[in-house]
Amino acid sequence: MDNDSLIRVENLVKIYDGGEVPLRALDGVSLTIARGEFVAIMGHSGSGKSTLMNVLGALDRPTEGRYWLDGEDVGEMDVEELADLRNRRIGFIFQSFNLLPRLSALQNVRLPMLYRLENRLDAAKREKTAIAALEVVGLGSRLYHRPNQLSGGQQQRVAIARALINQPALILADEPTGNLDTKSSEEIIGILQNLNRQGVTIVMVTHESDVAAHAGRIVHMKDGKIMTDGPNGHRQRDAAPALESRGGAA
Amino acid sequence: MTFIETIGVAWEGLLLNKLRSFLTTLGVIIGVAAVILMIAISAGAAAAIADQINALGTNLILISAQRGTPGKPPTLVYDDALALAQGVKGISGVAAEQSVTDQVIQWGTANFTIPTLGETPDFPTVRQVPVGSGRFFTQVDLDRKNKVIVLGSKVAHDLFGDTNPVDQEVMLGNTHLTVIGVMAPKGSVGGVDYDDQVYVPLTVLYQRYLANTPVQNRVRAIYVSAASAETMDSAISQIKTLLARRHGVTVSNPDFTVQTQQDIIQTQQATTETFRTLLAWVAAVSLLVGGIGIMNIMLVSVTERTREIGVRVSIGARPDDVRMQFLLEALILSLFGGLVGVVAGIGGAWLFNETGVMRTALVPWSLGLAFAAAAAVGIVFGYFPANTAANLDPIEALRHE
Ligand SMILES: Nc1ncnc2c1ncn2[C@@H]1O[C@H](COP(=O)(O)OP(=O)(O)O)[C@@H](O)[C@H]1O
Ligand SMILES: [Mg+2]
Repeated sequence: MDNDSLIRVENLVKIYDGGEVPLRALDGVSLTIARGEFVAIMGHSGSGKSTLMNVLGALDRPTEGRYWLDGEDVGEMDVEELADLRNRRIGFIFQSFNLLPRLSALQNVRLPMLYRLENRLDAAKREKTAIAALEVVGLGSRLYHRPNQLSGGQQQRVAIARALINQPALILADEPTGNLDTKSSEEIIGILQNLNRQGVTIVMVTHESDVAAHAGRIVHMKDGKIMTDGPNGHRQRDAAPALESRGGAA
Repeated sequence: MTFIETIGVAWEGLLLNKLRSFLTTLGVIIGVAAVILMIAISAGAAAAIADQINALGTNLILISAQRGTPGKPPTLVYDDALALAQGVKGISGVAAEQSVTDQVIQWGTANFTIPTLGETPDFPTVRQVPVGSGRFFTQVDLDRKNKVIVLGSKVAHDLFGDTNPVDQEVMLGNTHLTVIGVMAPKGSVGGVDYDDQVYVPLTVLYQRYLANTPVQNRVRAIYVSAASAETMDSAISQIKTLLARRHGVTVSNPDFTVQTQQDIIQTQQATTETFRTLLAWVAAVSLLVGGIGIMNIMLVSVTERTREIGVRVSIGARPDDVRMQFLLEALILSLFGGLVGVVAGIGGAWLFNETGVMRTALVPWSLGLAFAAAAAVGIVFGYFPANTAANLDPIEALRHE
């Protein structure tokens, strides 16, 4: 395996047995993502994007297939190791933000650090780190607000700060702008692009072409399979020009 | 999550649902209060018994004839008491006692039946029933079989009203007796109302009320007061040896029993044991119900917060972290119940005492015990919900609305 690949999955299959016929949410997905890439995953609703992201985020296990993160076989890991992976090496961003409603922005951001106290900082340093992370996403003045006191865009920025807090190499974002207006979306994408420039690998699901246009590589999925996979720019159809003009205006 | 933060989150959750939290912990509250009250009541009962024993006379030794063996009537006699008074060292008094069927007492037109006892001169000191007015009878009265009587305070009042009974003549049964004294009020001790009986010299009892009966000369009990606590053991062994010799039996197989206050306390404590057992069941059942309540509310909490659990897992919480969080919450819930229960228990014990329902004495360690019981309930019954939370599938948890 080449040294630059952060993610490598081979022949991922995820079958849901619930319905009348077993549903193949992932149907032989193989994919390699290099360190430092910004990949957008597109596809219609139900095409298996979230299922793939959940497997990549170590939240779900595939029915078949293998997954190496940074050369390590994730399929071999026990619950503790998976928890560690989610805590320190992967930051997950959800469409619905998934902040804890009763905690302040600062407490939400600090949470991942608290689950690894044994090899982490003392309380004062944790606080500092969390404040710094919130400043990175432009929320230095909203430390003590609860999620319901923040706009959607602000909540998603808190979620990004939380995902960043343990300095993961990989950020997985499943439709991070799906619940946001255009302006907030652009702010979020801007933050992700910034992170990517600093070397964080980003995999983002979206079905908005103008959002995907910011990625360096676009993967199209359909019926649990990867249909196309290539660098951005070539395969953009009607959405691309519109996006370029908008991007120029921003 | 730090310990403190987990506690903070749990506490906030409790405050969000004040009424629900209270109802949930009601079982624990009642259970803990019952534990404290139970122990306070039995301690109160023990104190009451101790008081009774004290009222009967300190360092009291009770000798009674062993009864119930057919063909072998009780053999404790008045002469035994005289012999003990003579032959045992380290004692301050010997009182022999015999009773007869209730007698009719009459003065003027007033009359009623009354428990009648034959006593010896040491009765007031040994049994700690002081004389109120007049005097108690002496050895001379006994030896000469003087026809005198001493009244309990209530008897004196009922019979004489405001008249001074001393030197008056009453009829007890068929015998005219001169009242020489009235005992001071004593009240009931161990079921005997000392104020509502009359006392005649033991020898008069034999002569006038027990003539021509096989009970002649026999006493139902001899009370000996040791001079001090230190002489108790020696006095007891002297009594046993002396009586055994007089009765022609061995000390190891006697025809009498010698009891101390301690023995009497133990017998009486067996009675309160039953009550204590009952309360223990109340406590156990309440704690069980409380535990089930906590388990139920924690399961509800886990369901309500399924998504939160999913979020926590997605950012790196281990199953152990989740389990610990919910265990702590259950523990806080039960300790909160424990705290309220302790207050309720203390308040209940106080109220029982104040209103005279039952005598109670708070026992400090019972508070700790009750609190520990509450904690144990929280951990035991919180474990299942906590485990359920820890084993949730993260994806399903995150999808939960
Ligand atoms: N837990 C599940 N049980 C049954 N079917 C599921 C489950 N999760 C997802 N699916 C199905 O798998 C397919 C892929 O879902 P998903 O990955 O969420 O699609 P996308 O994110 O691309 O919209 C869909 O048909 C969906 O209905
Ligand atoms: Mg999806």
